[in-house]
Order: sequence, then structure tokens, then C-alpha cells
Amino acid sequence: MTSAPAAPPVRRPDWLLLAAFAVVAAAYVRAIWFTPPDLLQGYAQKILYVHAPSAWVAFLAFGLTAAAGAFWLFLKDPRLDRFAESSAEVGVVFNTAVLVSGPLWGKPIWGAWWVWDARLTLTLFLWFLFLGYLVLRGAIADRDARARYAAVLGLLGAALIPFIHLSVYLFNTQHPLPVVANTQGIQMPPVMAKTFFFAFFAFTFLYVALVRSRYALATERDALDDSANGDD
Amino acid sequence: MTPLLEAESLGRTFGARRAVDELTFSLDPGECLALFGPNGAGKTTALRLLAGLIKPTTGTARIGATRLPDLAARSRVGLISHRSLLYDALTARENVHFSARLHGLTDATAATTRALEALRVGDRADVPVRALSRGLQQRVAIARAIVHQPDVILADEPYTGLDESGSAALTGLLQERRAAGAALIVVTHHLQEGLALATHAAILRSGRFARYERAAGLDLLRYAAEYRELVA
Amino acid sequence: MTHPGLIAASWLIARKDLAIEFRTRSAFLSALILSLLAIVIFYFAWDPTAIGAADLAPGVLWVTFTFSGLLAMHRSFGVERQDGAIEALLTAPIPREAIFLGKAFANLLFVLGVQAIALPAVAIFYNLPVGHALAPLAVVMVLAAIGLVSVGTLLGGLTANTRLGELLLPVLALPFFVPVVMPAAQVTAHLLAGRPIAEAFAWIRILLAFDLVFVYLCTLVFPLTLDD
Repeated sequence: MTSAPAAPPVRRPDWLLLAAFAVVAAAYVRAIWFTPPDLLQGYAQKILYVHAPSAWVAFLAFGLTAAAGAFWLFLKDPRLDRFAESSAEVGVVFNTAVLVSGPLWGKPIWGAWWVWDARLTLTLFLWFLFLGYLVLRGAIADRDARARYAAVLGLLGAALIPFIHLSVYLFNTQHPLPVVANTQGIQMPPVMAKTFFFAFFAFTFLYVALVRSRYALATERDALDDSANGDD
Repeated sequence: MTPLLEAESLGRTFGARRAVDELTFSLDPGECLALFGPNGAGKTTALRLLAGLIKPTTGTARIGATRLPDLAARSRVGLISHRSLLYDALTARENVHFSARLHGLTDATAATTRALEALRVGDRADVPVRALSRGLQQRVAIARAIVHQPDVILADEPYTGLDESGSAALTGLLQERRAAGAALIVVTHHLQEGLALATHAAILRSGRFARYERAAGLDLLRYAAEYRELVA
Repeated sequence: MTHPGLIAASWLIARKDLAIEFRTRSAFLSALILSLLAIVIFYFAWDPTAIGAADLAPGVLWVTFTFSGLLAMHRSFGVERQDGAIEALLTAPIPREAIFLGKAFANLLFVLGVQAIALPAVAIFYNLPVGHALAPLAVVMVLAAIGLVSVGTLLGGLTANTRLGELLLPVLALPFFVPVVMPAAQVTAHLLAGRPIAEAFAWIRILLAFDLVFVYLCTLVFPLTLDD
């Protein structure tokens, strides 16, 4: 362990992240200018190109966080925990995007800022799980304990999701939503479907790039903590 | 004959910090190790490993033929910690009785009375622990730890807070257990107190034994001087 | 000398927790008072011409049970932290899971105790007849209490060691409580409206499934929350 701090590394631009932003931008150029607006919903429908891919990424992020935590419990590799942490932080951002874009679309289309349909409600609970996970992490100073508790919470959260879905679904069958809030099956002409897939791909790419960047930060922070505390 | 307590390359790391590093030693029935060392040397961690509270990261610890922290090994250990490990809302008797029941004693009530009387705290047995003085609480804590007649007693600064009567009771108890074939480890900062009971003496520094030898024939003043030099 | 098995050790620990709570009574009394106050406050926030008592009661009951239950579950591990008593439990020759099961059972009795007083309180204060549905209501309350207590006790163990433990526990636990409280409240509403429990079986099934999954999962996962 050196006692004098090393010279700060030259910051290379994060090419992956820049590329990801470029792809997302391309997806939006396509979505806004090269894809026709929806017949019934007009331009408001284009929010869906943010809303749906964000939701996919949010669930992906949580699943990976929970899985990484589970593997950590067996392998105790700190890289797994850093990944779990990064995926959760990135995931909560995408999840917030879902919850913000939902009402932005919902108001013109449904006439309501919020509807308790099964998918949106599930995404809301996912958001709460993310927030709880991150708050728990923030409340524990010891790295090992933090990884352990987070992994346990991740596991429990993953087990919870099917129950939330089940109960909200049952609730909605017993208390049906007003007809205007029908979010079932959006029929899509091929050109819109292609844009959709492009948006999904772009967002997943962005997820990977953001997690990688965040992970690098976590690695640096842990190394810094180690050199500050590890001197004998 | 297998030793009663055996540690082989026992080690424990917390993150980047090695608290206990490759400890190897053994104790036969009737032997008592006085463990000295500066603050942060790893004495408490070593005791916690031997009590089965935490798992080692390297090496093994055994009681008889059973590895720690297995249940069968844990049952033979009595830990006197520097916290009281008591429930202050319950009486002394209830605390000790609970410990006796947890260890599966069939004569829990009689054993409780015996333990409390051995520590000369029988007359205050039915008072809630929170109403007892620090010294009396320490006596109850010790009674709780030894009610099940453990084969191995791990004592972390057990004389703390005890008055003359309490100290005499504790010394008497430890000597009696030693004579009955138990192995003891006593962590203390009082060289004289520790050496009085000990068959072996060790100095722990940065998680390793700086010295380990038989206690017979050790000159107290010289040992004290050498100890000061070692930990300076 | 045989070591206590899982059930025996759990029972010893449950009894110990109940003895401590009975000695001080502060948490149970606080939970009771909190429940009664909530019931009263909801009354004053209620327009009886717009909403019937049978419509208001389920929400009030289940919100009350949830928050007063949280009180119990937070304390559950606090009592072990105070003087490090958990170390005595960890060095004892008992399975680690017994610590969880014992505490969860003690918390279950706590929550059932609050329910046993809050339900008659609602019946009296809101002039709501509940006698016709008492048996099925009891079944639902027990099933839901088991769900709340299994997750709550585990998360209580997690948050006892953290900063902001008291605030953190509700933040973590409430999402988990939703698949319990929702079915419980729906069935309660159903029963208070005089409908037979058979119609609400779908909700009961969710409760049962939740209980089975989470009691098992939390017991399994509990040893991982200990500093090892």
C-alpha cells in the first residue's frame, strides 16, 4: 500500500456510454420523424417508445440485481455486489422514467393521470422495492454486511413480484377499470414495431453502458476505501 | 489423545483487514491460556471464532473432534463476553435459567441456583438485571455463561467491574472448572491476574502470536517489561 | 443432555420474548393505543352518509394492524442488541432458524393480541355488527398475521443493525405487506357485507400461498442476516 496518493488517472471518455446515447438518440430520431403517428392516439403515443422500453429495463435491472445478490451469497465475490448495486441504481432511474412517462401518456389518452392497471401498478411496486433496496444499502457502512443484507432483500423482493402481480390482477378483475383505461394489446403496423424493437435495443444498450460506468465508479470507491482503511 | 481445544492456521479477515492471522495452538483438559495483547490485536475476534460466533476465513478450530462452529462444538463452550449478554428486563434467575434451557439441561432450575450461588449472587437472583449494579450484572453474566458446565470457557476480560468478593468467586470458579478438566482462555490486560491462573501465556499482536509459552517459571516483572517492549 | 431441537428452541425463545414484553408491556400498550387512536381518528375523517361503516372498517382495521404490527417487529430484535444478548443465542447449541421462528411466533401472538382488541373496538365505535362473520374473520386475521409477521420479523432483524432502523423498517416492509393486506381487507369487506367466505376463496388462496412461500423463505434466509 502506498502512502502517497497516486496521480489522478487521465479520464478517457466513456466510449461505450457515448455510443449508447448515440443509439438512443437514433432511436428517437426514428421514432419522432420516421415513424408515422398512431391513428387513434396521435403524437402522444410516441411516449410509449420511452415508457415500454424503460419498463423492460427496470425489470431486467431488478432481476439482475437479485440474481447477482443470490450469487454473491454463494461466491462472496465483491464484484457481484458492486454489479448488484450498479444495476439497482440504474434500474431505479429507468423505473422513474416509466412512472413519469406513464401519466404523460395517460392524461391525453385515458383522461386520467394514473390508472391502477396491473402492469403500471406492478411497476410502481418495483419502484418501491428499488428505493427500499437503495435506502437499505445507504444505511449500512460495513461492506460485507451491506452486501449480505442487500442480497437477502433482493431475493425477497424477487419472490414478492409474482404475489403483487397476482393480487393486483385479482383486484382488477373484481373491481374492473373504466373502459377508457384499456391497455391490452396494442396492434402495431410493421414500421412501428421495428421502431419499438429498436427502442428496446437502444435502452438495453444504454442500461449496459450505464451499469458499466457505475460499476467502474463502485470499483474505484471500494479501492479508495481499502487504501484508506487497510494500512496496518 | 486429541486436545480439548485446537486451532490450526485459524484466520479471519474482515474485508481487507486481517484480524486473526494463522493462529495455531491447542489446549488439553485442565490447561489455561492467558491471552494478552494491545487493543485491536485480534483477541476478541479470536474468542469469537472459538465460540462459534463467526466462521473462520482460513484454517479450523475444533473442540475435541468436532469442528466449530458446528452445533455440537458450540454446546461445549461458555463465552464470557465484555458485554453482559443479558436481558435487562428479566431477573438474574430468569436469564440464567433461559441459558440452561437453551443448552438442554434437564435440571435447569437446580443448575441455575448452583451457578448463581457460585458467583455469590443468589440473594439478588429475583431482581431484574437492570436494577443490579454493574459488578453484580457481571456476576450474573458469568453465571449465565457457565451454567451448563462447559468444557471450554472463553473469558474476555471477565474481572471487569468485579469487586474483591466477585473476583474471588470467579477465580474459585475458574480453578474448580480447570480441576474438573475444562480448558480456559482468559483475555485480560492484567498480567498478574492472567498469569495467576494460567498454564500458558501468549501475547497477540496484529492477529498473530508474538509470544506463546508455558506460564510456569515466568517472572512477572520481566514478562511485564518484555510485554511493554513488544507492544510499544 | 440433548440439545433442544428446532421447535423446542423456537418455543423457548418465543416464551422469553413474551416474558420480556409482558414485563415491560410498553410495546403492546403502545400498539394498542395507536390502534385505538387510529380508529377514533378515522371516525372523525369519515362522512357516514357517503360511506357505510362496513365499507370503512376493513381499511381502518388493516391499516391499523399493519402499523401497530410494525411496532412489535421493530422491537423484536432491539431487545437482543441492547446488551449483545443475541451472541448468547448464537453460541447456544440451537439451530439459527429457531431464533427467527421463536421471535416470529412471539410477534404473531402480539399482532393477534392487537387484532383481538381492535376488532371489537371497531364494532363498538362504528356500530358495526361483526358477530355473523366472526369465525371466518378470525381465520383471515390469523392467515394475514402470519404473512405480516414472517416478513416483518425478518426485515426487523435486518434493520435492527442499521442506522434509521425505525424508519427503514416500514419503508422495506410495506411493499411486502400489500399482497397480504389487500386480500385480507377485501375478504374482510366481503364478510362484513354478509357474503359467504366461499366467494372470496381466490383471495384466501393468495394469502395461503404467501404464507407458505414467505414463512419458508424467511426461515431459510434468516441465518444469512447474521454476522458470520
